[in-house]
This record gives sequence, structure tokens and C-alpha cells, in this order.
Amino acid sequence: MSFASFSDFLAMGHHGLYVWTAYGICLAVLALNVAVPILARKRYLQQEARRLRRETEK
Amino acid sequence: MNWTWFHKLGSPKWFYGISGKLLPWLSIAAVVLIGLGLVWGLAFAPPDYQQGNSFRIIYIHVPTAMLAQSCYVMLAVCGIVGLVWKMKLADVALQCAAPIGAWMTAVSLVTGAIWGKPTWGSWWVWDARLTSMLILLFLYFGLIALGNAISNRDSAAKACAVLAIVGVINIPIIKYSVEWWNTLHQGATFTLTEKPAMPVEMWAPLLLMVLGFYCFFGAVLLMRMRLEVLKREARASWVKAEVQSSLGARG
Repeated sequence: MSFASFSDFLAMGHHGLYVWTAYGICLAVLALNVAVPILARKRYLQQEARRLRRETEK
Repeated sequence: MNWTWFHKLGSPKWFYGISGKLLPWLSIAAVVLIGLGLVWGLAFAPPDYQQGNSFRIIYIHVPTAMLAQSCYVMLAVCGIVGLVWKMKLADVALQCAAPIGAWMTAVSLVTGAIWGKPTWGSWWVWDARLTSMLILLFLYFGLIALGNAISNRDSAAKACAVLAIVGVINIPIIKYSVEWWNTLHQGATFTLTEKPAMPVEMWAPLLLMVLGFYCFFGAVLLMRMRLEVLKREARASWVKAEVQSSLGARG
């Protein structure tokens, strides 16, 4: 462990704001890149389900 | 060498099956590698003797920058494969990878700026490395816009393939920019021929992060490509069966 305490870890030796902003942005973008294809797949399958229901009703 | 795997790539059905098997392993590898690298890099690696703790941004800056460049090379390879062998999957890969590459380039530019402020005293300098990375971001935007602007799929595939191949000239410029021009940016951390200038406790978490980001890229790319294949092959009977069974599983 290279920090003495948890508050030291958060402070990052006066660079806390820079380090945590950079990591926050990076993790947010990673999460977004995972969420977008999952949601798109869900939306597409729902759309296909509606289309199939319409076709069977005819 | 056995080339049957290459010919099988021409079959969307084969790709859909094999990518479905590969996807969970890539996702697990990405989560484990990035998780370990994050904890090790943020909490256990020693601080830099000059930059202090701000150097820890390296653990996200370098992997995203490497991925941004590798992704572009991959787009160019897809472009060549698509033009020469008329493989439709190559265009699917090109269209699906471009937005991920653009995101990675943007993250590497933003984290670089945040690292530059405490280290160089400036968010941005018009330096060769930074400028050529900005051009890479615009190349990605150009590819995405071009793909969306042309409604005919075959014309869009051809135009994007040509732009991807022409734009790859920027990659060696990015790579050698720190050697050809006077620059604030430091040289490469990893090279194939030399030992890293950092101690092992510093570069080992970086190596984990780089590998983890490549697995992440693979997983996210496969997720996007699988959906795109389903949409493009919607008329095929195996796609109808696949959609039916996914719907059935969801109740």
C-alpha cells in the first residue's frame, strides 16, 4: 500500500481532483460503451416482438 | 497454414455462433484485468519521484491511447478485407468499431489534458503528439459521419473502407511524433525491444490495464457486431429463429 490512510488515498498528494476526475470520466465512458449495445439489443428485440405479434394477428 | 477460419468469417451465422461463445470469456477477462489493474495502479504502485500521484493517470491514459490507435489500424485492415474479398462482415466490424475508437481517442485526449495541467502547467499545447491524436479523433468522426450519410449500404461500405485506409497514414505520424519533433510529451512506455524505464511495480499494473482494455474492446465490439448482424440478416431463417428464442427466453 503506498498510502498511510484512506484520506491520504483520496487526496492523492494534492492531485486528488485531477486523478479522480480522469478516472471518473474514463469509467463513465466505459460504462456507457457497455450500456449502449445492451440497450440497443433490448430495443431491437422488443421491436421485433411487436412486429411478429402484428403479423400473427393478421 | 489453414485458412478455413478466414473463409468461415464470410458466414454471418458462423460468426454469430462463435462470438456468442467468446463473449462471456472476454467480458470476464476484461472485468478481472481492469479491476486488478485499477486497485494495483491506484493504491499500491509507488508514486513517481517527480510527478507524485498525478502519474497514476497513466493507467487509463496509455491503454486508451494504445486502443485508439490499434482500433484505427483494425479499421484499415477491415477496409482492405472488405474491398478485396468483398466480405460483408468486414464492413460490420468497421462500422461497429469506429464509435468505440472515437470514445477511446476522446478519453485519451481528456485524461491527457487533465494530466498535463499539474505536470506541464497547461491543459493543451499544440504539440505534434497531441495534434496528431486530435486529427485521429476527427478521422473517427469523419468515418462515422460518412457511414451515416450514405444510405446505400454497399456505397457506404466502400467509401468508409477507402477513408479508413487513407487515414491510416496518421498512425505512424502519431507513433513517431515524439521522436521526429521536439515535444513535451514523453516517449513510449512499452516497446517490444527494450525493457521499460519504470520499475516493475509501476509497469505491471499498466500491462494489466492494457490487456484488460483490449479484452473490453473485443467484448464491446462483439456485442455491437452481433446486433448489427441480426439487423442486416433479418430475412435469414436462422436470424428469425434466434430472435424467437431470445424473445422466448425473456418471456
